[in-house]
Amino acid sequence: MIRASGLEKRYGARRVLVGVDLELPRDGFLLVTGPNGSGKTTLLRVIAGLVAPTRGRVEVDVHRGRLGFVAHEPLVYRELTALENLDLFGRLYRVPERRERIGMLLERFGLWEARSERVESYSRGMSQRLALCRAFLHDPDLLVLDEPYSSLDAESAALLDRELAELAGTRALVVSTHDPARVEPLATQRLVLT
Amino acid sequence: MRYLADVAALTRKDLRVELRAQDTLPAMLLFVLSMLVVFHFALPEGTGEDAAYGLLWVAIVFTALLGLARAWIPEQEHGVFDALVLAPCDRSAIWVGKTVATLAFLVAAQAVALPAFVLFFAPLDGVALAGVLLADVGICAVGSLMAAMAAAGRARELLLPLLLLPLSMPLIVGGVGSAVSTEPERYLLLLALYDGIFAVLSWASFEYVVTES
Repeated sequence: MIRASGLEKRYGARRVLVGVDLELPRDGFLLVTGPNGSGKTTLLRVIAGLVAPTRGRVEVDVHRGRLGFVAHEPLVYRELTALENLDLFGRLYRVPERRERIGMLLERFGLWEARSERVESYSRGMSQRLALCRAFLHDPDLLVLDEPYSSLDAESAALLDRELAELAGTRALVVSTHDPARVEPLATQRLVLT
Repeated sequence: MRYLADVAALTRKDLRVELRAQDTLPAMLLFVLSMLVVFHFALPEGTGEDAAYGLLWVAIVFTALLGLARAWIPEQEHGVFDALVLAPCDRSAIWVGKTVATLAFLVAAQAVALPAFVLFFAPLDGVALAGVLLADVGICAVGSLMAAMAAAGRARELLLPLLLLPLSMPLIVGGVGSAVSTEPERYLLLLALYDGIFAVLSWASFEYVVTES
């Protein structure tokens, strides 16, 4: 699913990624760890196709419409409600039975009651749960999750644990986290950036 | 059909975001009316109508700049631009949606500004109005692309006028010409040609603007 060799990314004189090699099969689970500034976010953005590497090669064998991405920010419109945001992305991703799928995800991530409230009124944790709904909406073949546990309360984090456990082995997952113990048992590969 | 459905969804989203935030249109309206009032008092009495038409175009271009400077702000907040770029729709649909929404805001501002212009300065006939509409299309088409380019940089407010104003010169020439010339059809043709060429160029190059190669 993902094949990368000699990946390097520079921003000016600063080298963010140096010599990263990886190969992840379709049902693999890659856990990416490392201290702040080690290049975890950059690596995930390179894999998602949002950033081009300065050197090296990366091949991701999935159409961009089959990729789900969670970033540090929720990637949703603050002025729109959760329903409106998911409806927009559901249309763009051509999700079949869109309304049912949106309703099911909002229910599962505990946002159904707040579905018609604007995202600007959401807490950070609610925004993160909405970001997860957006990433899972089109049932992607490759999930790239950058710090998905960020801002989640214990209950939501446990829910995400269960979701990832269910998804592991059925599709490719790339997860970066400062709390590797949560997903360590699911990981088939580990990459420590320094 | 799918392309049009994507454009419709993206345009509807932009209109809805503006309806809720009310950041852009009220500012454009206030700005264009303020400019017309300033020009009204700044122009000496007995100044010809041609000068007034020129000032109308100053007001139109700077009002459009104001709207375009805010065009991609909702996408920049919370990083939504990344989510749009990752969606499987044709990326040019993002540009078309933004252009149509910006055009709607500009036309709405002009629906108030043009009657005010007629009240303060000079009449506008059908040909002059056609010139305004054609120029609006060109400004919004090129401006949406330039605003996306500027949004990627740090000095967005500075970069957008520097990119857009030189490209707007033919539109100003065409717009003023359609209002004051004895052969306005030549200027309307210039505007239509500009719209066609630059809309296609902007449509085709948007993909390269939003992706890092």
